[in-house]
Amino acid sequence: MPHTTEFLEALEANGYEFYSGVPCSLLKGVIRRFDEEPKWGYVSAVREDSALGMAAGAYMSGKKPVVFMQNSGLGVSMNAIVSLDVIYEIPTLIVVSWRGKDGQDAPEHLIMGEIMTDYFDGITLGEMKGLPWRILNPDTIAEDVAAITKEIDERKVPGALIVAKGILDASS
Amino acid sequence: MKALDDRPTVVCNGMIGREAFTAEDRPQNFYMIGSMGLGLSIGIGVALTQPHKKVLCLDGDGNVLMGAGVLASAGAMGLKNLHHVVLDNESHGSTGGQRTIADKVHLEKIAKASGYAWAERVAPEDLEAALPAFLEREGPAMLLVKVEKGNVKGIGRVTHTPIEITARFAKACQA
Repeated sequence: MPHTTEFLEALEANGYEFYSGVPCSLLKGVIRRFDEEPKWGYVSAVREDSALGMAAGAYMSGKKPVVFMQNSGLGVSMNAIVSLDVIYEIPTLIVVSWRGKDGQDAPEHLIMGEIMTDYFDGITLGEMKGLPWRILNPDTIAEDVAAITKEIDERKVPGALIVAKGILDASS
Repeated sequence: MKALDDRPTVVCNGMIGREAFTAEDRPQNFYMIGSMGLGLSIGIGVALTQPHKKVLCLDGDGNVLMGAGVLASAGAMGLKNLHHVVLDNESHGSTGGQRTIADKVHLEKIAKASGYAWAERVAPEDLEAALPAFLEREGPAMLLVKVEKGNVKGIGRVTHTPIEITARFAKACQA
């Protein structure tokens, strides 16, 4: 099955009902599907932390949220993640692109690309040692979505699915 | 708080949350204790997900200025069930009363230009009379109240834990 279609079906199968975010070229296939298919109700946010705020409101109102962003948006989102999602126990799936992977990208992406997994590992509080993250493997999309969902639901924390180039760029 | 019936209400961080808690705690209140600037985003999430419920954001000028781009989200979405009350004292109350720039920037005008169906300011003495009609308006609607600087001495802090706030607010939103 084409990756983007398989990915979207996996999100549906895992109960996600609220979709928001800020686009990235590495995620443009998914966002195009959202634009073409109103059934997703995708909310185009003005900032990544605003998408997380809306996701928190949606979660408390009964819909399981997923937020899409470029990894540069993690910088903007740190406060929403730690002082909203973590302390209020709001599980949110963050689908985040991996710009700057392996040091190969435009200058503005290199640092976030380098610290990508340290970012999530570094969010600690007492017993909580880091937030869950997984790197999306194009061969195991359904399993990866199910596994990260299980972990964020059980721990009631936000967690990330990290998406490298070439997986969700196309809309099929 | 009495005018608010049972509508979910997102209360921004800082002194406004503490005053709302002290004045009348209610399970429909989400007290945002961190994440400054995100109250309106949270309210939008509730309003989108529960379209048959009216939702209120109780905000301050510092919060609105920090998350000003979200006024455009609220306006563009045209959420009929979203009401936004802004207590504007032109200052950051909980950090020592430092000035914001709300003396020069008219937030209700930004809201209107962003697509709010209605946005006006009232004097504090007119708030009580204006509130019931405002809360029945078609949203997104903003009522901005210019209030005096200064905090109530000895005001309490929100005693519920964040996790407790999530649980009871979620129950109220989904009731």
